[in-house]
Amino acid sequence: MYGGGYIPKEETRKTVVNDDPDMLAAFEARVARGEKVEPRDWMPTEYRRQLIRMIEQHAHSEIIGALPEGTWITRAPGFRRKLALMAKVQDEVGHAQLLYSAAETLGKPREAMINDLINGKSKYSNVFNYPAKTWADVAVIGFLIDAAAIVNQVANSKGSYGPYCRALERICYEESFHLKQGHSVFVYLATGTPLQRSMLQDALNRWWKPIMHFFGPSDEMSEHTLTLMRWKVKMATNDDMRQQFLSLYVPKIQELGLSLPDAELRKDADSGKWLFGDPDWAEFFAVIRGNGPCNAERLAVRKAAEVNGAWVRKALQQADARYVTPLA
Amino acid sequence: MNIPHKSFPIDDAHREPLRHLLTALADDHLILGHRHSEWTGLGPILEEDIAFSSIAQDQMGHALGFYSLLHEHLDAPDPDIHAFTRQETDFSCCQLVEWPIGDYDFSLTRHLFFDLAAGLRMETLSLSNFKPLAQLATKIRGEVKYHMFHAKTMVSQLGKSSDETARARMQTAINRQFGLALGMFEPRVGEQLLDEANIAPIESKWRDRWLEALNAVLDGTGLHIPDPERIEPVYGGRRGYHTEYLQPLLNEMTEVFRLDPQAEW
Repeated sequence: MYGGGYIPKEETRKTVVNDDPDMLAAFEARVARGEKVEPRDWMPTEYRRQLIRMIEQHAHSEIIGALPEGTWITRAPGFRRKLALMAKVQDEVGHAQLLYSAAETLGKPREAMINDLINGKSKYSNVFNYPAKTWADVAVIGFLIDAAAIVNQVANSKGSYGPYCRALERICYEESFHLKQGHSVFVYLATGTPLQRSMLQDALNRWWKPIMHFFGPSDEMSEHTLTLMRWKVKMATNDDMRQQFLSLYVPKIQELGLSLPDAELRKDADSGKWLFGDPDWAEFFAVIRGNGPCNAERLAVRKAAEVNGAWVRKALQQADARYVTPLA
Repeated sequence: MNIPHKSFPIDDAHREPLRHLLTALADDHLILGHRHSEWTGLGPILEEDIAFSSIAQDQMGHALGFYSLLHEHLDAPDPDIHAFTRQETDFSCCQLVEWPIGDYDFSLTRHLFFDLAAGLRMETLSLSNFKPLAQLATKIRGEVKYHMFHAKTMVSQLGKSSDETARARMQTAINRQFGLALGMFEPRVGEQLLDEANIAPIESKWRDRWLEALNAVLDGTGLHIPDPERIEPVYGGRRGYHTEYLQPLLNEMTEVFRLDPQAEW
């Protein structure tokens, strides 16, 4: 997973830094030519800041996202499912490691990012603030949320910042296996016993709203958004990504005889666009502000893990305490 | 793990002892694999999350391998049914693997104790006269080698750390679970017969080699084992006597499967 498409707006804007106009023009020309920006290259202050936010939130989403699925590893039915789910969730934690490293190239240490996560300063994908109640939730997360994340990550892997793109390419490769895992569980439940089907339908009903929220509300086409798109930080609009997801996956869900809890959802024949009812953006913003069903629990678990493991980190850092200044 | 399906001739007298050996190995790996998997998302550093998760997957794979041998050669049910539908008293894992993950010091020490033993067991079993087991043990041995790289690295870094808390925590973890660790070597039913047939040694031989190897691993780390003569081994697991921690884990492991054991999941 799990990079949420949506990076919430900041409550307060930081001081605007005016970059050297010549450097800026050269930078923009490079990006326009499709060149990748590397860590030691000059970059606009705002470019660096936005990328740190985006990659950091993506990394947080990976480790927080491991929590709802992780609780199902011990409960997964049978060896095949257990082994696949363990490998999948392990991949997600591995993605966090890759992404924190990519963000570190921009100058923010992993410890600082994790501190910002547990202090609530830095966000993660809203979708993980919902509970995974049954085994069917594992199917919906693994199939549809991973699919949504792939739409977002494939777009971002074509962005301008080299280390992020390279991390994303590898992540997408692994995600495609996660999608297979999720799809397999999904199909087994959809074509299984009445109990299995009803579990799946129930999970789908509960997750549809967070899935529609996944890419965020329609972008304001502000100067700011346009700049980020010109710099290839933001690669597609939230609406475009949502449309792409709906086109790919709604038919697959419907083919299995499952329904979606939105009476207005349909493809408009003229425009080719998907129309849908209001997915309750008020709830979306409430969850971002920390009032979702699991925000407190997720952060509490993460915080407990940090606190309980602090002695290990401290001891490991001191392993090199007998540092000797090299000669010359 | 694919094990070629060939029935290998087994002497009637060896069937029961072999069943005991393989079930003990399978159950140990299954339960500890589940325990290690509980670190997913909770490790002290991301890299440790990933390491424990990786080891857990290997162990689950090893368990599947042992259950498959039981299924193919000793008339046991299919591995899924065997692993996920038995009563608690039918499990023969040692009590060491049942304990909750606790803090990282407990889990890391258990990982060292267990994988050190597993490595020695697989080394001997790779020469077993029961060839299907020898093949499987050879494969597992290659994986356990990496588990030991990990365990040794972490134990020695924490043991040698200039941080007093870390050293004290590690030594305490060793002391506290030493009796449980000795319980890994509880004598098995019919072990003498398998030893004579060069199928598997008696447990006390493995224990002696384990103590020797453990001393070597801890040498130079500042950590040490307590006097094994003064520590009572915690036996019972191999005969179906378990801690209060096993049943809740079994309930959890089989929660979904039990919703409808006939369904395909």
